[in-house]
Amino acid sequence: MSLIKEFTKGIIKENPVLVLALGLCPTLAVSTTIVNGIGMGIAATFVLVCSNMVISLIKNLVPNRIRIPIFITVIATFVTIVKLAMAAYFPALSKSLGIFIPLIVVNCIILGRAEGFASKHGVLKSFIDGLGMGVGFTMILVILGTCREILGSGTILGHPLFGEHFKPALLMILPPGGFFSIGILIALSNLLQKRLE
Amino acid sequence: MNIGNLMIIAISAILINNFVLSRFLGLCPFLGVSKKIDSSIGMGMAVIFVLTLASAVTWIIYEYFLLPVPQNIIYRIFHLFNTSTTPEMFDLAYLETIAFILVIASLVQLVEMVIQRVSPPLYESLGIFLPLITTNCAILGVAELNTITIHYSFIESTVHGFSAGIGFTIALILMAGIREKLELADVPPAFKGLPIAFIVAGLMSLAFLGFSGLSF
Repeated sequence: MSLIKEFTKGIIKENPVLVLALGLCPTLAVSTTIVNGIGMGIAATFVLVCSNMVISLIKNLVPNRIRIPIFITVIATFVTIVKLAMAAYFPALSKSLGIFIPLIVVNCIILGRAEGFASKHGVLKSFIDGLGMGVGFTMILVILGTCREILGSGTILGHPLFGEHFKPALLMILPPGGFFSIGILIALSNLLQKRLE
Repeated sequence: MNIGNLMIIAISAILINNFVLSRFLGLCPFLGVSKKIDSSIGMGMAVIFVLTLASAVTWIIYEYFLLPVPQNIIYRIFHLFNTSTTPEMFDLAYLETIAFILVIASLVQLVEMVIQRVSPPLYESLGIFLPLITTNCAILGVAELNTITIHYSFIESTVHGFSAGIGFTIALILMAGIREKLELADVPPAFKGLPIAFIVAGLMSLAFLGFSGLSF
């Protein structure tokens, strides 16, 4: 029962992007299309789950004073795995995500969960926590990606949605559109949370 | 290597490809430390300092330790003992992410210790911002851009790092000025705090988009 709670808290109550405001840089930078959003979400979820599990396994061996460099090394190892695998199997996706794949290392969600959760809890709980946070992060990326792709280029997953006379609002896939859409999304979630209470 | 080329790199990093407003690097400190102008100036100075230093150091690490080229230092040392080694045996370019983040983390620690010893007043004003900088994605981002994406030379990398820091500071100080005024504005309740900050950042980014018309 409590495991289900650990899982769902990352999606709604403690959503890393909407509520905790972590991991904003990749969220805004890669959410121009749905495919990019899904790719980034899966990559970050893999790193989050693996590093959470490893850190909860080694938490008793790590001296307290040097724990942060050790956590960062563990995270960077998994990021390197993701980076090389993505370059080998999905070269186009890896190219369009660009430097944001190596930048998963400094995504505050991952170090935040390592420091705040995995270094205090067991393996199973850390696994579930990482999975929940990863799904929450991916969900936001997909929502933003869908809105920005439909409005900004008039397509969904690359398929044209409207007739050929449709003029897309190019602004939405440019940087300002990213800032506007995340601002509106956070405001909507604030409104929703207030209604639920 | 001419001055004009360096000027173009500097102007495009400050205005056209501003790190915060068009590359989305360093958003956490941009939103976290932009509530007061004083602290945003402190943060900006710390970021300029670390960005410049990190650009120079990570460039040296990449070119002289990781790439499989004849000037690779690890290869040179092994070559002294065994002349049959070739540079290709020391291709460590895939370790670049781990190497950069560890170098940046230790660099920040070192800078903090040196400033604390040499100039206590400076440490008073910058000290609290330095630990935050390690996980600022602008630092790792500039290292990746300098070496892998664009492949600048040493001087170009350093100039790029320095001007990226200037661009970050300009955006941060402008944002802090607006947010101080925003405290008094009548914002819809759902937009209070973070959402309105994002809308403001979007408008600033829209203004900076105008610079993309600059051509040389």
